[in-house]
Parts: sequence; structure tokens; C-alpha cells
Amino acid sequence: MTETPAPETPTTGQPPIRVLIAKPGLDGHDRGAKVLARGLRDEGFEVIYTGLRQSPEMIVDASEQEDVDVIGLSILSGAHMTLLPKVVELARQRGMDDVLIAAGGIIPDADVGKLKAAGIAEVFGPGTSIGQIARYFREHARRRA
Amino acid sequence: MADLAELLRGAVAGERRSLARLLTAIENDAPGIRELLPSLFAAGRGAHLVGITGPPGSGKSTLVSALAAEWRRRGRRVGIVAVDPSSPHTRGAIMGDRIRMMDHSADPDVFVRSMASRGQMGGLAAATWVVAAAIDAAGYDPIVIETVGAGQSEVEIARLAETTVVVEMPEAGDEVQAIKAGLLEVADVLVVNKADRPGADRAARQLRAMLSTAGGRVARKPPPVLLTSATGGEGISALAEAIDGHRSVARLPDQARARADGQLRRALGEAATRRAASRADWTATVEAVATHEIDPITAAERLLA
Ligand SMILES: Nc1nc2c(ncn2[C@@H]2O[C@H](COP(=O)(O)OP(=O)(O)O)[C@@H](O)[C@H]2O)c(=O)[nH]1
Ligand SMILES: [Mg+2]
Repeated sequence: MTETPAPETPTTGQPPIRVLIAKPGLDGHDRGAKVLARGLRDEGFEVIYTGLRQSPEMIVDASEQEDVDVIGLSILSGAHMTLLPKVVELARQRGMDDVLIAAGGIIPDADVGKLKAAGIAEVFGPGTSIGQIARYFREHARRRA
Repeated sequence: MADLAELLRGAVAGERRSLARLLTAIENDAPGIRELLPSLFAAGRGAHLVGITGPPGSGKSTLVSALAAEWRRRGRRVGIVAVDPSSPHTRGAIMGDRIRMMDHSADPDVFVRSMASRGQMGGLAAATWVVAAAIDAAGYDPIVIETVGAGQSEVEIARLAETTVVVEMPEAGDEVQAIKAGLLEVADVLVVNKADRPGADRAARQLRAMLSTAGGRVARKPPPVLLTSATGGEGISALAEAIDGHRSVARLPDQARARADGQLRRALGEAATRRAASRADWTATVEAVATHEIDPITAAERLLA
């Protein structure tokens, strides 16, 4: 049950947007993903961070249990053309049609169009600021009554 | 928002997505949740509610994951709620407990949910007990609630959980003396995790000594102190035994009444606050208290009248 918010709590009426940040693929460091997770927390998001080397199945299982509004996939490994569409496909199979799925990392321009056609809502390049990503999530995340 | 009764039916029937969406509605205190409470509780199956608390980094999440594996071997379906603090300023939160629990991601009989405390001073989200009730209705038993032991949250977790496990680590070594009495007092089982590291035996001895003297509630048998290595698997099955064994103790009438008393008082405080804050004269009353026209206690009595 929600109590009256503590005085210091800003009341915007809407509950925070829940975002799952995952790192699919086999490459070994997650500095970028962690920076993003912290930045989004500072922007007021509830961020569930699942760590390195996640398979699409693991990401979708976690997203389903956490009932997130947004899945953010951070990828450097070059396997984006197989892994990212697979996440979208599994999510849609589970009926998670209203979850916003976005990707960030080093993805060649030539692939961006294909990923969008496969259901990735947006692809953020390495120069994107956290503020821009936060704004995009706020504008496009599903909102529930 | 989907029909809440429909979500509850789905959750009871074992649909994970329905359970997940019901939990969101509970967290957000969505319209209709209060009306759903009686049927939610009626659908409960009496799961054992286990709280795990202790300082950050003591290995709580890793331990919960190891315990879940042990309980799965014993044929139990395990529900896990991992609570992390929300920033009071931005309302944001970062929840990384799942990282330690990914071994279970493909197992439909382990359900893990991360929850931000959403501005609760005690660090335990106010909705936690309703969340636990929903996971109970979905047939998971035990249900483990992980919270960071800081501030008032250990008292909160002990009020909610039937069995409270406090996790320490050897590094706390010399600090053990300084461990807040609060943590020791609420423990039904004490764990020194990271027993693979030096100093674990000594930490356990210190804790036992503290418990047998001043620590702990009066007229209470001191809780067992167990050594575990969550990463190596040592001591996990003994810990699962100790937790399972405590279930019947926790359900003795006296203990059940003590928990109910605390829960009722808290719910009463929330209900009263909610009602008073929705009255037309609330803002004027806040103003009157701010300008010292009236003292807050008298003002509260008037709002309840
Ligand atoms: N050596 C050792 N490390 C452990 C053990 N249990 C957990 N850890 C490590 O301690 C760190 C914090 O663990 P975590 O479960 O996240 O702690 P929490 O903050 O209490 O939930 C991680 O790096 C774990 O791998 C253990 O039994 N032995
Ligand atoms: Mg943890």
C-alpha cells in the first residue's frame, strides 16, 4: 500500500518507469551498461541491471517477471544482428507487445534500418547522452493506468 | 490496466505474466487493488515468508540464489522479492540483485522480482506484504524477501517475515562488536557468510558470545549462528534446514500474534493517514501546524475525529 509520499519525494503522479538493462553476447565488460544504468537511475527510472553475457531467453524471462516498460540492450560484440531480433521475437511470443525494446552500442549504420524493421524501436550510437536516452524512454515507454 | 481479478486468476493458474502484471498493479496501488485484497488473501496458500537482511555486500543475493537451488532440489517452488532503496530525490533506483540469481532464469519454478522501496523511510516498500501475498497465491513457497539491513528496514522485515535471517561476513570482524543491536535482535537465524575467507570462525564465536549475553530479546533462546559460503555451496543445506525448521516456531500463537499486532498497527497508521490526507481541511491543518497555531498531536486527533 502506498503511504503519503515522504515530504522530500517529488510527486509526479506517475510511478517510475521500469527499465531492464541487459548485456547480450559474449564480450567481457559492462562499463557502458553500468554507466547507463546509473545515469537512468539519476533520471528517475527504476533500473533492473542483469549483468553480462545474457542470452535472449534469459533477458526475456527476466523482463517478463519484472514486468518492465523498457528493455535496453547494450551490445558491442558484433552479434547484434542475431541476438537483438531474437529478443524481440521471444518477447512478442510471450505477448509482451507493449514493451519498448531499444539498443545501444557500436552498431554499423547499415544494420540500424534492419534492426528497426525487426522491431528494435531505436538504436543509440556511442555518442548519445543519457539525457537523450531518458527523454526517448519517457516519450515512448508504454504507460499503464 | 487489465482486469485485476483476471490477473489474479491467471496468477493462481500459474501464468507468470499475469503474476508479474498483478505485482506492478500492487506496487503502483492501482485503482481497484484495495477491493481485490480480500480475494487475494483468500487465494493465499500459506507460504513460509522468509526475510533475508544484512549489510550491503555481505552476500545476501548470492545466498538467496544458493538457497533457491537447495529448495528446488527439495521440490519446492521459490518466490524471491529483492528490495533496493529508491533515491529520495529522483525516485530512481538501481537493482542489481538479479545478477546473482541468473542461474534460475530458465526455471519456471523460481520467480524473482526486484522492487524499489519508493520513498519508504524504512527501506522496505510498503507494498511488500501485498506483493508477497500475491506470490503466495501463485503457489510459490517459500517466499524470500531480501532487504538491505540499514535504518529501520530490519525491524520492518522482521514484522513481515515469519523467519528473519541476518547475514554478516567475516570482514565485519572487529566491527562485529558494533553491529547494531537491532540486527541481532530481529534475527531468528544468524549467518556468517563468506566462510571461505579468514576470520569467519572468529566472527561466529563473537556473535555467539554477544547473543548469549546482552544481545537478543529477553526470554528467548539465542538464534543459531551458521557459517556459509554462498559461492562455494558450504553450509547451504544446513541453512535451509534451519529456516525450514523455524517455520513451525514462527507459527506458534504467541509469535503469530506479535507479528499480527505490528502489521495491524502499521496498516492502521497508513489507513488513518490516507483518510486524513484526503479531507478537505488537510491543507489548512498542515498550514496551521506550520505556523504553530496548533500542535501536531492535537491536529491529528482532530483529523481523526
Ligand atoms: N568469497 C566469497 N564471496 C562471496 C560469497 N557470497 C557472496 N560473495 C561475493 O560478495 C559480493 C556481494 O554479493 P551479493 O550477493 O551481491 O551481496 P548483497 O549485497 O548482500 O546482496 C559478490 O561479489 C559475491 O560474489 C561467499 O560465500 N564467499
Ligand atoms: Mg543483494
